[in-house]
Amino acid sequence: MSRKRDESPSSLWPAIQFTVNGGSRTVRVPPMKRLLDVLREDLHLTGTKEGCGEGECGSCSVRMNDELVNSCLVPVLQAEGADIQTVEGLALNGDLHPLQQAFLHHGGAQCGICTPGMLMAAAQLLAHTPHPSATEIREALAGNLCRCTGFMHIFESVAAAADAHDAQQANEHTMEQTHHAR
Amino acid sequence: MSALAIMSTHATTRIVGAPVPRKEGVDKLTGRALYVDDIEREGMWHGATVRSTIPRGLIRSTTFDHRIDWREFAIVTAADIPGENCIQLIVADQPCLADGKVNHCEEPILLLAHPDKHKLREAVGAVYIEYESLPPIFTIEESERSDVIIWGADNLLKSFLLEKGDVDSAWSRAAHIIEGEYRTGAQEHLYIENQGMIAEYSVDRGITVWGSLQCPYYVVKSLKSVFDLPDEKVRVIQTETGGAFGGKEDFPSNVACHAALLAMKCGHPVKIIYDRIEDLAATTKRHPSRVRHRTALDGDGKLIAIEINLDTNGGAYATLSSTVLSRATLHATGPYLCPNVRVNARSWATNLVPYGAFRGFGAPQAIFAMERHMDEIAAALGIDPVELRRRNFLHQGDTNATEQLMRQPIILDQLLDRALRESDYYARRAQFARENAGCAIKRGMGIAAFYHGSGFTGSGEEYLNSLAGIDATPEGKVRVLVSNTEFGQGTNTILTQVAAEALGLDYQDVTMAAPDTGIVPNSGPTVASRTSMVVGRIIERAGLQLLNLLREHAGLSSSHTREEFFAACDRYRAAKGEVVSLCRYEAPPGIHWDDQTYHGEAYGAYAWALYVAQVAVDTVTYSAEVEEIWAVQEAGRVLHPVLAAGQIEGGIAQAIGFALYEKVVLQDGRMANNQMTNYIMPTAEDVPPIHVYFEQSHFPHGGFGAKGIGELPHDGPAPAILNAIRDATGVSFNAIPLLPEDLYAGLVETQPAEEPVAR
Ligand code: FES
Ligand code: FES
Repeated sequence: MSRKRDESPSSLWPAIQFTVNGGSRTVRVPPMKRLLDVLREDLHLTGTKEGCGEGECGSCSVRMNDELVNSCLVPVLQAEGADIQTVEGLALNGDLHPLQQAFLHHGGAQCGICTPGMLMAAAQLLAHTPHPSATEIREALAGNLCRCTGFMHIFESVAAAADAHDAQQANEHTMEQTHHAR
Repeated sequence: MSALAIMSTHATTRIVGAPVPRKEGVDKLTGRALYVDDIEREGMWHGATVRSTIPRGLIRSTTFDHRIDWREFAIVTAADIPGENCIQLIVADQPCLADGKVNHCEEPILLLAHPDKHKLREAVGAVYIEYESLPPIFTIEESERSDVIIWGADNLLKSFLLEKGDVDSAWSRAAHIIEGEYRTGAQEHLYIENQGMIAEYSVDRGITVWGSLQCPYYVVKSLKSVFDLPDEKVRVIQTETGGAFGGKEDFPSNVACHAALLAMKCGHPVKIIYDRIEDLAATTKRHPSRVRHRTALDGDGKLIAIEINLDTNGGAYATLSSTVLSRATLHATGPYLCPNVRVNARSWATNLVPYGAFRGFGAPQAIFAMERHMDEIAAALGIDPVELRRRNFLHQGDTNATEQLMRQPIILDQLLDRALRESDYYARRAQFARENAGCAIKRGMGIAAFYHGSGFTGSGEEYLNSLAGIDATPEGKVRVLVSNTEFGQGTNTILTQVAAEALGLDYQDVTMAAPDTGIVPNSGPTVASRTSMVVGRIIERAGLQLLNLLREHAGLSSSHTREEFFAACDRYRAAKGEVVSLCRYEAPPGIHWDDQTYHGEAYGAYAWALYVAQVAVDTVTYSAEVEEIWAVQEAGRVLHPVLAAGQIEGGIAQAIGFALYEKVVLQDGRMANNQMTNYIMPTAEDVPPIHVYFEQSHFPHGGFGAKGIGELPHDGPAPAILNAIRDATGVSFNAIPLLPEDLYAGLVETQPAEEPVAR
């Protein structure tokens, strides 16, 4: 199946450069185009999903400069120079990230549509809070809606991932794959 | 967090019952899984829908704003429909596109397609439709009054009368007669992936659609009729589907027909993706209900008569209202023995977006009323609500409301004991009763006892006559052949478990054939908690049939390794051709159902449950919070412990929303809160700890002993929560959703002297 390129004549727009999953990317698109659409349409990274388009569901969550953002609310011009991580950047050399492993074995994903955003929110949490309490997990995921799981198995998955790897390891994994991708 | 307890069963299985990883799990976790909006086709255009802005009226004219160059667009109206202008379901009353008149807001009138999706929004707003308004009706009360007739002769979409014994003569013998009225609101599915379809059309090959859907063959049926095409010219392929819950049972047929009409008109593949605002405003929701109970009991607190008037709001077209009403009727009297029963059930047409299938399919509405009513009875009689239920439970050998003989064991007492023990019910109730007096936060405990019938109602499974099977390809793959779809609930995983178990293979050896009507047979829709039990059983039988075939014709020994299995497949293929085993549904013996009198075996099997909720009501802020839920159920064999628990937890979370959060606000027939910012579902911070327990049994006619499980958890939480609120506050609330303003009204009105006024 072919993927459609951005329809705007590229020469009209200034170049915007940023890093995605460790690789440098340059796009020429309308500067107000949503980062979500740039990821999905221009960079063909369709793992990031749209659920509401208004910052309520979190299914478009990506990590940008070590913050969790709703990519449906970010105009791409704000991403100039940024370091972005999407769900496609979690697995390393085909090895699942500890969070992906945990979600697989603890039932953290059902229909899977909230999952990429949920994983990014969880990755953001573990990067700073390697041993989160139950309350910290709930709070960190409060901006990510899941209609399938009732959240119990997502909490379990995040707790299991935290147990499996302490802060240092989780961070290293992320760093390592970033370097590898470069 | 979630406790999961599994009783050991006698059947020994290797794969069934094991927590194998979800079949498509890695694709979903890495972002590789392709949902419909992730797919592009060569030369694809995008489609959008122009919808009615009024609830009822005649279309007088359509004007296109001259500031838009309409030559760039493909435009489709009802006049472009080559076949019948109708979405095929049970009654053929819903137009694919409105023709001359509209019967609800958001009714589709005209379709647009353009190569640039960003041009569509403006174009939709530049089509001006002029109407001559007709008086609309919106409520059950307006519809039953019949001043304005909008459907048929009397606005009645469907009615059922269920009668057992002699209700009329029972009242005079009653020691107590208790009445009550209960209401439930509309509920939105809020699948996180909105509706979407891609369609292609060519004269030679006909129509192919890809999309987010539950029932591929339902979509085929509508496409065939709208385009007047034979079976072989219509192909429907399910893409990864981001949640459905019934919301993608019938509605995808509409989207598919629209995309296909545009594709035919413009000569390009066309994709239609709804945004959240359109999806919330224009797609189906759970039927609102009004249920009136009148109940007679003897001096011992035993039920002697139940009379129920159950009415639902069906919306503008019949869609699935009749079958939803049927399930509501058959769940209305709860898991209790009563010699005299009358259920008078009616579904009414109104000028609202048609209501549709939603997890539970009428049962949550009926069970809310029954289980809330049981607590009202207990209060009126001064009996413990637990004790009242225990005195009236159905047991094996009893007959239920349709006079179905309950042949299988019913372990309601055991479920109740377990629920009371795990939740420490009596100790907590006593503690809260002590603490509540001097406290602004009032806590309470509530229970609900209920069942859910698995599979289609009555003779439904026989009419469906599902065909499913297994094949082995020359590439050495074993595939499960079903049209049942995965949308999170675990179809792929459990059916491959069942097939692998039956064939003596490993879980990894078995895959699912693509959910593509060009490949898989019609094994019925993925609805009604039927996949594990009904389709699982067919796959189990197809597996055994395939082994017998290989043993008879290809020398497979009675105990085999996987290598021997695949070698036997190769020998069979060389000698006889395709290695394939298909089986049809076989009804369990002794199933009789009379559609006219509503008597007989309503369901092949029932799953039983006892749920307990603990709530805290803040009498200062008037918010009610669920603090903990215990869910004990018997649903036959648990095929996959993690997936099964996930079904229960997800269903409970949705039911908490149904009870306390989710309100569809209508203004002149339009949904006013059609955004995620103001239609509120429970978040990670709202869902309490949920404790899930299965008491397992082996149901002989289900796949490896399974019964249905998907809908059960949506049935019980709402009444358990409202019963707990009554326990906490002493005030009865009989309508959901129960929002803070409703709590305020109830608490202040009922106890003005004791309750603090809101600050
Ligand atoms: S799509 Fe961005 S928050 Fe919902
Ligand atoms: S897994 Fe379906 S929305 Fe979360």
